[in-house]
Amino acid sequence: MVPFEYYVFLSFLLFIIGLIGVLFRRNLIILLVSLEIMMNALIIFFAALSHFTHDTTGYLIVFFLIAMAAAEAGVGLSLAVLLYKKLRKVYTEEINCFRG
Amino acid sequence: MASLAATEMVSSFNLKVFLVPFLPLIASLTTLIFGKRYFPDKPYVLPVSALLVSFLLSLSLLFEVISGKIYNFDLYSWIVAGNFKVGLGFLVDPLSIMMLCMVTSLSFLIHVYSIGYMKGDPGYYRFFSYISLFTFFMLMLVLSNNLVQLYLGWEGVGLCSYLLIGFWYEKKSASDAAKKAFIVNRVGDFGFALGIFAVFYYLGTLYYHEIFPKLPQLSQVYLSLGGYEIHVPFLIAFLLFCGAMGKSAQFPLHTWLPDAMEGPTPVSALIHAATMVTAGVFMVSRLHALFEMSDYAMAMVAFVGVFTSFMAATIAPTQFDIKRVIAYSTLSQLGYMFMACGVGAFAVGMFHLFTHAYFKALLFLGAGSVIHALHHAADPNDIRIMGGLRKYMPITFWTFLIASLSISGVPGLAGFFSKDEILAYAFFSKYPWGKFIWFMGVVIACMTAFYTFRVFFKVFFGEFRGEEALHGHHPHESPKVMTIPLIIISIGAIFSGWLGIPESLGGGAHFQRFLETVLGHPELPHVEHSTEYFLMALSVLAGLLGIFLAYLIYVKNPSLETVFSSRFRFVYNFIYRKWYFDELYHKIIVVPTLWLSRTVVNLILDTFVIDQTVNGSAKTVEATAGFFRRFHTGLINHYNWFILLGLIIYFLFMYLK
Repeated sequence: MVPFEYYVFLSFLLFIIGLIGVLFRRNLIILLVSLEIMMNALIIFFAALSHFTHDTTGYLIVFFLIAMAAAEAGVGLSLAVLLYKKLRKVYTEEINCFRG
Repeated sequence: MASLAATEMVSSFNLKVFLVPFLPLIASLTTLIFGKRYFPDKPYVLPVSALLVSFLLSLSLLFEVISGKIYNFDLYSWIVAGNFKVGLGFLVDPLSIMMLCMVTSLSFLIHVYSIGYMKGDPGYYRFFSYISLFTFFMLMLVLSNNLVQLYLGWEGVGLCSYLLIGFWYEKKSASDAAKKAFIVNRVGDFGFALGIFAVFYYLGTLYYHEIFPKLPQLSQVYLSLGGYEIHVPFLIAFLLFCGAMGKSAQFPLHTWLPDAMEGPTPVSALIHAATMVTAGVFMVSRLHALFEMSDYAMAMVAFVGVFTSFMAATIAPTQFDIKRVIAYSTLSQLGYMFMACGVGAFAVGMFHLFTHAYFKALLFLGAGSVIHALHHAADPNDIRIMGGLRKYMPITFWTFLIASLSISGVPGLAGFFSKDEILAYAFFSKYPWGKFIWFMGVVIACMTAFYTFRVFFKVFFGEFRGEEALHGHHPHESPKVMTIPLIIISIGAIFSGWLGIPESLGGGAHFQRFLETVLGHPELPHVEHSTEYFLMALSVLAGLLGIFLAYLIYVKNPSLETVFSSRFRFVYNFIYRKWYFDELYHKIIVVPTLWLSRTVVNLILDTFVIDQTVNGSAKTVEATAGFFRRFHTGLINHYNWFILLGLIIYFLFMYLK
């Protein structure tokens, strides 16, 4: 049986990977993917918590998070597509219409 | 004296009293809001019918008051603060019912007249709305039972006067005249407001029925100001009289009234002759007990009146604008009313106010009818292009003749009785200036007759001189809707005086006795009828002399017309330029004010203080924004970093706490 710490470590690792992706990558699609990775880290963490504490609340939150992640991906991707259609650009350093 | 009927105070709500002022208000607002879109051709229907109902209600109230009822009730408490309490209330006593009947009857007839006079004007609905609104405020003024509501009506009629003088606001002269009227009245109303404050400060109430019993407390109260001891009743009377000087166009605030003739003629007739300008006389009469407490106040009223009256009577014969001549005659007659008040004969002053309203409105409406006939001319007000109109406009001719005879004091007509009463009361007055007032009164009566008949002869006699100006059009009699009100008002100009025929002529002076229940009876020594007949004969002779002189100069021997003006060039110019009052005020008030506002206010205050504040705040915002805009790169990655940083700071903060 895999101990709880492994799950926590996996979740932490995924979160850091996602965070680094969000902070350093320049491609809009990759940014969205990184966000998904961070979300997955959370999901794993909640599922593990729920499993080891025998409390179903964690599972409940997991379902909500999955639904939310799907919605977020849908909205995010469609925005990215619209942005691409409008500007023909996917690299964030090129998209600075709101520069002050 | 007629025995007084037992008076009965009614202090509960009465619908009739309420409806008299509020019907015109409703009509006015409805016409203003819906008139332009829904009934642009017939905006007069509502105001005219509202006024008719108001008039009938006033008449029925008149009979109730004669039978001894007095209404005094509050509609609701308007302002309550500590022991200061003012309600929106109504007081119907002999004084206000007389004003009520006069205002509603004239207002109704002038509304009807305006149907014809204002026809085809783009502001037809606006006119009826304003003039109804005016009637509402005027009725609130006369019906009020406290000083604050009087002030409300006072300002309201001022507003309507402004709106109606500037009715043809595209004309520069009209909008200037409107502003002038409003600003000059501000000066007077400032004093009036201070007077109301003073009444409250010293008496603690603003209700008439509470003021009068408390007045004796003031008889020995003095206020020391800069080393002088000022008698408080005089101070209050002076401040209140400032308001009266503004509203009733008395010297030194008289200059707005002649300019106010820029408004449509029905407005001149209703507002600037019959009703609004008499509000000052009404107010002085209403507070007569206060004025009577100080001989100085009475002297002030009398001398301001006599000076204005004399000055206006000298200016009138030199003017060529038919409405301006009548406006100066109004000034003069208002001065006459104040003369009556200044010798303690308030009831007689009100009697003259009442008769004057009819014959002066008639003069104005007659002039309006003439102007209407000549409206093709460039300046239809100029009496130099008129002449011989007797043939073309018989009804206007006869009614104008009645009004002229009435104002000149020809026996049997309204003006005779009231003018004569004033002169008699002045002569027998207990005040030392009474004889002087009487003498000036006779002189002014002569001048009044002269300039009134100057206009009359120049307009209706001789040959028509306006062919050129009219481009071949012939003047024509006005439509029936204008001539019928003329005829009805001329009945008033003849018979309104018959209500107050003095005892020496076999009458009962019912009008004066009726008002004296409110205004008090002036103390007179026992008067022989023969002296009275002598005085009467003298004033009638003065009037006839004026008429004869006018006949001599303007009909019999027109070459005499220019003798005076060419012989006494300097005096003539002085009078023709209205004693240089406009120029004087321009020099000592308008120019310094403009200088002050252009240099001190504009250059110093505006450019340094206000502009620097405004620009400075803008610059501060700009500098702050310039610093923060560097963070606003528009790049999502940077924002992600900021979010992370923010989160870290947040958790650090939570942890450290």
